Amino acid sequence: MIHLKETEAPPGAFPLEVRGLTAAYREKPVLWDVSFTIPEGQLVGVVGPNGAGKTTLLKVVMGVMRPAAGRALVFGRPFEKARRWVGYVPQRGSVDWDFPTDALDVVMMGLYGRLGWLRRPGRREREIALQCLEKVGMSEFARRQISQLSGGQQQRVFLARALAQDARLYLMDEPFAGVDYRTERAIVALLRELKERGRTVVCVHHDLSTVTEYFDRVVLLNGRLIAEGPVQEVFTRENVEAAYGGSVAFAGGG
Amino acid sequence: MSADLVIIVTGILVAVPCALLGTLLVLRQMAMVGDAISHAVLPGIVLAFFISGSLGPLTALAGAGVFGVLTAVLIQALRDTGRVREDSSIGIVFTALFALGVFLISKFASSVHLDLEHVLYGEIAYAPINPLVVGGTYLGPRTFWTLGIVTVLAAGLVLALYKELKVSTFDPALATALGLSPALVHYLLMGAVSVTVVGAFDAVGAILVVAFLIVPPAAAYLVTERLSHMMLVAVLLGTVSAVAGYYLAAALDVAIAGAMTVVAGGLFALAALLSPAHGLLAHAARRYRSRRAFARELVLARLAALGGSAPEEELARALGWERRELARTLRSAARGGLVETAGGEVRVRRARSGAGRERRRGRSTARWPGWR
Repeated sequence: MIHLKETEAPPGAFPLEVRGLTAAYREKPVLWDVSFTIPEGQLVGVVGPNGAGKTTLLKVVMGVMRPAAGRALVFGRPFEKARRWVGYVPQRGSVDWDFPTDALDVVMMGLYGRLGWLRRPGRREREIALQCLEKVGMSEFARRQISQLSGGQQQRVFLARALAQDARLYLMDEPFAGVDYRTERAIVALLRELKERGRTVVCVHHDLSTVTEYFDRVVLLNGRLIAEGPVQEVFTRENVEAAYGGSVAFAGGG
Repeated sequence: MSADLVIIVTGILVAVPCALLGTLLVLRQMAMVGDAISHAVLPGIVLAFFISGSLGPLTALAGAGVFGVLTAVLIQALRDTGRVREDSSIGIVFTALFALGVFLISKFASSVHLDLEHVLYGEIAYAPINPLVVGGTYLGPRTFWTLGIVTVLAAGLVLALYKELKVSTFDPALATALGLSPALVHYLLMGAVSVTVVGAFDAVGAILVVAFLIVPPAAAYLVTERLSHMMLVAVLLGTVSAVAGYYLAAALDVAIAGAMTVVAGGLFALAALLSPAHGLLAHAARRYRSRRAFARELVLARLAALGGSAPEEELARALGWERRELARTLRSAARGGLVETAGGEVRVRRARSGAGRERRRGRSTARWPGWR
């Protein structure tokens, strides 16, 4: 295995720190005064109903959207100064899968940031990308045109791409949405492996029934921050009902 | 150099940069931006003329380049107000800027040689009689210089920023996260499109430019599965359109730009019909085959439900099918070794080979257990 160059993040700083974050689409607030801190090496689920600002939170953290107030710090710095430590897995539906490219090429895109402007990917990048595809069980589909992959396979290509980024903090937007059972297990195994390697993963998540199984910590959002902390303490019926407004089929811990 | 060759090379020098940039426009679903820019740069050309006092190829390109980017910025800004969608935004910006150009010309430049006809409707047939002469030295056809510069610019941009263009087209959010500013890439692309459109429409006319920007890439999209291949095939199709279009025009004695556009359109039609992966014929054939396979499956399932054999008439009634439709399906099922018909009685064949083949294709009747 080609040894990936470790991207060392500054020690001591939290992977993600959000302070008084308020974000709005044309004066309509979506996130309101949200503050929390994510410690290193944790699998974190961001949970809340539709329109709770989960995806918006990721967008603001990554500088795709400007906050109306407050700020998000990644390893103690603004995102622009920390992007080499951040890997991103977008929602599957956010890209055009009819784009003329193959799985291997999409994974190699994860390495573009490290290459910087103008430099082209070469054999080394191809090797790394192949290994990342192998890790998600997709090496046999490396040269497959991406529209010919199933939904679960497409999701795994995105995960392989995030692996290729070799980040310290992963931001994932609903990686479990619309995937089959096999892919779901593959993703979970991958998340645990990332955790063992000391990586931090923040996942926007929709399925309440799997929160306690998959995540160490949970961020419960509903425009405002309802609760944040270890799953056992925070993922309670009261908090979930507060987030979702009313009774929900609850399968949590406490 | 013969006039024929000058015109053909001019056509190719339009086709190549248009194919490269048009591929990206088509993938970004911005195909009509080329059309918009070809009109919106008019005030840029006029202002460049006022400032420099002449309409040299480079001044026009520079003025147009600036206004092309300005067009892209305005389209984006207007859309970001959230009051109009992208297509309306394009329509508003380019008509307004074009009108500004017309206004400037009619108010201040009506006495000088800068008429709309000249700016908007270049004629490729004039390429051989339009040389570039600097200080008394003949430097060859003017279009070779303007379009040569345009081609080098477009190819240079695509080669240098290939990976940036690709990732910001496929997944702009990732590009942002990686620090490869998709906004900067967008405006560089728009600048290149502006320069290309202007350099080209002065030489060959606006419509041929738009055709070369969109039609060859759209055809290439149907027959390729890699971005680099799509670009190369688009370049190839554009080049073929230019060359074949010229000879078509010569043979039929018609307008050259029109003939080139017709050839490009014909090549697109061929790709749309015949592409093995995305063509209409292949699509129809796949649908036909799967409809036949499904019909065979229905017959087998119904036969199984009837105990493995039934008179043809009863089977038709049970399925609610016309006899002719059933007969056709039975013939294809018999060819596949799935059923046999003897004396009007249809029976499922237990033979391993045929049924096994069908099962290996994943079309076993086991998918319909409820019918058994």
